[in-house]
Amino acid sequence: MPPRRLSYNRAMRVAQLAVLVACASCGGQARSKSKTAKAEPPKVEVEERWVDPLVGLPRGAPRTPPSRTVALANPAAQPIAIRHATIMTATGKTIANGTIVLAGGAITALGPDADVVVPAAAMLVDGTGKVITPGLIDAHSHLGVYAAPDLGANNDGNEMTAPVTAQAKAQYGYWPQDPQIARAVAGGVTAALILPGSGNLIGGEGFTVVMRPGRTSDEVAFPGAPATIKMACGENPKRVYGEKGGPQTRMGEYAQFRAVFGEARTYLLKEAAYDRARALWLKKQSRAAELDAQVARGKPKTKGEPAPEPLAVDLKLATLARVLRGEVLVQIHCYKASDLAEMIAIADEAGFKIRSFHHALEAYKIRDLIVKRGIAINTWSDWWGFKQEAFDGIPENAALFTEQGGRATIHSDSAIHIQRLNQDAGKALAAGRAAGVSLTDDQALRWITANPAWVLGIDDVTGTLEVGKRADVAVWSGSPFSVYSRADLVIAGGAITFDRAQGPTPSDFELANSASERGRP
Amino acid sequence: MSRALLIVALLAGVARGDTLAITGATVYARPDTKLENATVVIANGKIVDVGVGLVVPAGATTIDGRGKVVTAGLVEASTQLGLVEIDLEGSANDGRFGPAPTEIHAAFRTTDAYDARSVAIPIARAGGVTSAITGPRGGLVAGQAAWVSLADDASSSAPIKATVAMIAAVGRGAVANGSRGQAIERLRELLDDVDAYRKARANYERNASRTLIAQRLDLEALIPVLEGRVPLVVHAAAESDLRAVIALASERKLRVTIEGGEEAWRVARELAAAKIGVILDPTDNLPNDLAASDVRDDNATILARAGVVVAISTIGAPANARTIRQLAGIAVANGLPWATALDAITHAPSSLFGVPDRGLLERGAAADVVVWSGDPLELATRAETVIVAGVVQSLVTHQTRLRDRYRTLAPVGGRAP
Repeated sequence: MPPRRLSYNRAMRVAQLAVLVACASCGGQARSKSKTAKAEPPKVEVEERWVDPLVGLPRGAPRTPPSRTVALANPAAQPIAIRHATIMTATGKTIANGTIVLAGGAITALGPDADVVVPAAAMLVDGTGKVITPGLIDAHSHLGVYAAPDLGANNDGNEMTAPVTAQAKAQYGYWPQDPQIARAVAGGVTAALILPGSGNLIGGEGFTVVMRPGRTSDEVAFPGAPATIKMACGENPKRVYGEKGGPQTRMGEYAQFRAVFGEARTYLLKEAAYDRARALWLKKQSRAAELDAQVARGKPKTKGEPAPEPLAVDLKLATLARVLRGEVLVQIHCYKASDLAEMIAIADEAGFKIRSFHHALEAYKIRDLIVKRGIAINTWSDWWGFKQEAFDGIPENAALFTEQGGRATIHSDSAIHIQRLNQDAGKALAAGRAAGVSLTDDQALRWITANPAWVLGIDDVTGTLEVGKRADVAVWSGSPFSVYSRADLVIAGGAITFDRAQGPTPSDFELANSASERGRP
Repeated sequence: MSRALLIVALLAGVARGDTLAITGATVYARPDTKLENATVVIANGKIVDVGVGLVVPAGATTIDGRGKVVTAGLVEASTQLGLVEIDLEGSANDGRFGPAPTEIHAAFRTTDAYDARSVAIPIARAGGVTSAITGPRGGLVAGQAAWVSLADDASSSAPIKATVAMIAAVGRGAVANGSRGQAIERLRELLDDVDAYRKARANYERNASRTLIAQRLDLEALIPVLEGRVPLVVHAAAESDLRAVIALASERKLRVTIEGGEEAWRVARELAAAKIGVILDPTDNLPNDLAASDVRDDNATILARAGVVVAISTIGAPANARTIRQLAGIAVANGLPWATALDAITHAPSSLFGVPDRGLLERGAAADVVVWSGDPLELATRAETVIVAGVVQSLVTHQTRLRDRYRTLAPVGGRAP
């Protein structure tokens, strides 16, 4: 629906009020200055948007996301050329003494120094001794919804008022000035999936972000990223709801999943029936108008049929209906082999596809079953034992899953570990190799780049270094799998988001709050 | 090789292991003393000799250390190994207290609850961690920590030191009403009461004492702390709390070590002057606590430069003890000299807690030794041989057994694993 002019709306009034307030303050300033320097308030063209409520039912659809082309275009980005570096592309290819050129938000050239023509206008970065990788992607983060400081006021990640809150969205709670964001950026991260917590069976929709601070959530939304939804099984929901009306057991959890998807299917059928009825009605109306126009000038003669009764909108079920229609990438928090298998059974019964399992510490036990279904896993390098369902976690999980032919990622689920995803990948790589799994460095790099890009559904634009892909890049001081290496330069969508020479950008919260003086004790 | 040494070697009993010699290795006798192509001789649970050009005693079991790096076994300076088996399970928690009904648990002894058969212990050991300071947490005074060996047999699981430190905390969570100021106030009052009790036990026994805020056994347990014989570990993050603790330590002549210390870098000079060490996690860089939001990546570096003894620890879940060498490496990436980082996970805990024979590979020291495939702080490096008290340890763990069981998968419907 295009923006439409209205003679009257609330947005206009608010905007006018804002202009008046602005005038009141700046006018005073102007008077105190010389007469010649009289300040005029800027002319504000108020943008109005309006959506016709008669067009369709609200379906919990994502806000119109910027199209994919936006992901690949950043006209404001200055051309950058990084030369003489080792380039790990995450496509299976590594280039020694290579150059990468970024321009207009995309990768425009990539190859051995001698083969790449550097544009005259490009900012030159000497990459001697450095390693360039795709920007890292975390498939599981709660930054911005569990923001720092750790205050009750900042807990916006778990809507634990009912076991199914599919209508909630991480984007609604995302605080793009969370001080943790700049720290993740300094760890080479350029994108992440921000998820609701795992207290609920269905916690709500995830939010795929460009990792950089911002003023609004829309500003940092990853352009064109598909919708995702978070589900959780096992210990967490039963711990949260055991004393609050259930589910109290895994039995209750899996029964409730089945029940709610049953409701969602009924809702989906009603939606479809309404859509058909309304389409038919519109057709009849239109035909009637045509007939009237033919028969006589003046008042319509054809008796109008009443419009079909609209369906009472249920955003929770509307969201789950989108899941059933395959419009949402399903992300499921699950640890144990038995739980993972049960969720696959539920997906089969309900009729949806699982994009990936998160944590999945026992995935290695049933990796044949998971890989066969094309489901990815997101896991840690060596976390285990913090709860019973994490008791059988092993450091070789990602390696064994990869050996099986599956897509694994190393995720963080932590504002600390998101700062060193590369090290976690390094540990998982070392554990796999020690167990005799044959793995390349490129495969381990894919755990934190190309594979999470696939989990988020943005692998066509980011996650590897290839000409035509988005300029999401991290430049490391050495091997990304060394404990001593650090990201020196991080670029997201062609814009520099971190430069070690400049230090991290303090968040609003940190300004003159002593921590903002980082680097100046 | 001396006759005496040969005799020692011959006398080494089976229980303590054979005489061992690690040859041709890069050996860190101390974190700042690197010996190339060196030999370590171990007998009777002790380091017999370390040096270049040593003769291997006859009959010794030789471990080829060529291309390997040998260090003292790592020491996890702050953990709940053996007390907390599964973090989120109340029933698997034997070392965690809240502030109610009392915030004072000084009489609690880790050794009374410690489970030397914890599944987490072999996993820490396989990661090169050979001993740990494990203790309770929660409230103002959580109780007595023990220095435990992580050896794989019951006899040597007896603590190296049963009460190596008293664990305390200040800050908001330490007392029931949640004021940071009240935590300091209660700690002062408690130390007053310990002093009063110590000076007039007879009155206390006759019920002729004023009301004291702690129970008898708690008061008893705190006497050695008040007398500076047992170190007091105080968990503190905020600069204001750190300053209050430094003042208290000076007034009462306590031996204090700070744990956590997110803002410790801000009082680095004061800590150094007061000879107060800090146990920290160098990844702890989030401004989560409003009172302690001035956090830095190079906390350890600034402290060490000022002369503060720094130990690096997970300060956390027992499952992660094996990650301390990565934490040390991260500190190096943030400016800490490599030798100081190795010190922070080997010898620093020994000097902070007065257990002089651990954390070094010197003649007479306990033979807790790790042979690494490379730089011990590097991620790709593995602990290849772990020796505790002179005995080569099994590196089989719950995790390696699972890994081996599922290394190849049986076809679905086949015989269950």
